[in-house]
Amino acid sequence: MTARLERAVIYVVLALFSAVVLLPLVNILTIALQKPGSTVTGLSFPTEFHFENFVRAWEVGGFADLMSSSALVAVVVVPVATLLSILSGYAFGTMRFRGSTALFYLFLIGLVMPFEATVVPLYYDLRSLGLTDTYWALILPEIALSVSFGTFWMRAFFLSSPRSLLEAARIDGASSWTTLWRVLLPTARPAISTLATLFFLWSWNEFLLALVLIQDPALRTAPAGLGLFVGERTVDVAGLSAGALLITLPVIAVYLFTQRHFIRGMLEGSVKG
Amino acid sequence: MVTTTDEARVHPATTRAKRRDPAAGDSRRRRGGLEPSRVAYLYLLPALAVYAAFVLLPLLHTVWLSFFDWNGITVGTWTGLENYVEVLRDEDLRAAFVHSLAFLGFTCALPVALGLVLAALLSRHEIRGLAFFRSVLFLPQVIAMVVVGVAWRWMYADDGAVNQLLRLVGLDGVTRAWLGDFDLALPAVGLVGTWVMYGLCMLLFLSGAQKIDRSLYEAARMDGAGPVREFFAVTLPGLRQEVTVALTITAIYALRNFDLVYVTTNGGPGNASTVPAVEIYRLAFRESEVGLACAVAVVLMAITFVALLLITRLGRDRT
Repeated sequence: MTARLERAVIYVVLALFSAVVLLPLVNILTIALQKPGSTVTGLSFPTEFHFENFVRAWEVGGFADLMSSSALVAVVVVPVATLLSILSGYAFGTMRFRGSTALFYLFLIGLVMPFEATVVPLYYDLRSLGLTDTYWALILPEIALSVSFGTFWMRAFFLSSPRSLLEAARIDGASSWTTLWRVLLPTARPAISTLATLFFLWSWNEFLLALVLIQDPALRTAPAGLGLFVGERTVDVAGLSAGALLITLPVIAVYLFTQRHFIRGMLEGSVKG
Repeated sequence: MVTTTDEARVHPATTRAKRRDPAAGDSRRRRGGLEPSRVAYLYLLPALAVYAAFVLLPLLHTVWLSFFDWNGITVGTWTGLENYVEVLRDEDLRAAFVHSLAFLGFTCALPVALGLVLAALLSRHEIRGLAFFRSVLFLPQVIAMVVVGVAWRWMYADDGAVNQLLRLVGLDGVTRAWLGDFDLALPAVGLVGTWVMYGLCMLLFLSGAQKIDRSLYEAARMDGAGPVREFFAVTLPGLRQEVTVALTITAIYALRNFDLVYVTTNGGPGNASTVPAVEIYRLAFRESEVGLACAVAVVLMAITFVALLLITRLGRDRT
């Protein structure tokens, strides 16, 4: 009997914590559907749905442009960072070479050190190269930060892949390049798709780099645009909420599409390391 | 900076995994089985080149600039450690570092504690239908912090949902514009950090608790252990690795926190909720104190390093 009671308590606790997660998100949705021009209100079911807020955010608020900038950056960052991570992870996970330990630690620095600390010189260095206010100013540092984690992630994958596969390929006389692409990669799809999903989320959500490195409004990405709008005095609350939801849509879509593997991959991967 | 040879110091997660894994010997054998290869450098080169150019060099450059008085335009002057003295002396900057300790409490300690409570409850039972809770609890991890910040700005507003809920339970007296309150802005933003992280901690510990050998619980019960002793004797030791990982992830996040504070309060009112990352941004790009901003950055890196070191120790010592 107490076991049943305990079980009920667990479900109540889980439901409560889930409700708290959903609350601000539901709230922003109800605000986004309010009559344009109204102020922030608490939770209330809107009596009429003003979907025109979304249209206004998309067209007038410039979220169409902001999101296409974000998309352009992500479209370059995700495949390139994934490819570079596979290659470097392959080296660390299957090969022995002088200095491998030291080099691996070097990659770990990027994983644990706050990159907020590097953004200042990054700005001045990129400016002297004439790269600020170009997409490269975002793409290159984002790739660099991503490969730090990606190397770590793919190394763990290659270390755990069966040695017999590698040995069989070696006996067949396959080059390391062929072994990677023909033998190992087909088994790496879950690891790679989790990694690519993460890279997409990071790139799409990146705020500080976008805020600092891109000042030109025409090139601005979605989170930076949203952040700057919030700071302004005259705020169109409903439109801003609609914009915030618009830039969340691609993330939610990717999340719903990949979540089962993604969450499990993340939880297991982060512990396995 | 972190080029120590002690693997544990650099990344707690890896070592923990290796040391605790029953197959640790196996992984050593594997490592020995790695093929000696010079071609490895070619595979590494592209990643290393981008990484060195856009992470490592700026990192070193940060340290270098921290010794200069530089406004970002004219030629800087070498001032030695003066910027660091200023970091200690400046009230706003001192406040920022104190606040990051508060964030460690809200974003790191509190979510881990909540996660452990849930794991303690759950570990005694088989629970079905977790998939839905799992997707919801993980949600804050995928949404942009800027969006989270906007959502919580509305939550904390004068007529926002938080005050609405307080009025609902008769606490009209405590309602206020939370983010504009000198005393409560910091805890208010800190709790958003808790909101972001508790789901992740819960899920990490739940998945870890499921791997604990059930017979350990039976043995503990045979010995007459109650739920509390059972938690400290079986669940907590069994989750040590997960706890270390969770502390590492949340501590890094708590210390580097920029987006959330920038969007919700921008450090205000006054300096009531400012954090080092916001100060770095303000100093470098609003007040042209580039050298000082870099000194703050270096101190922040040092604190992060020490925090991770402590977490690793904690994970290692408890047995």
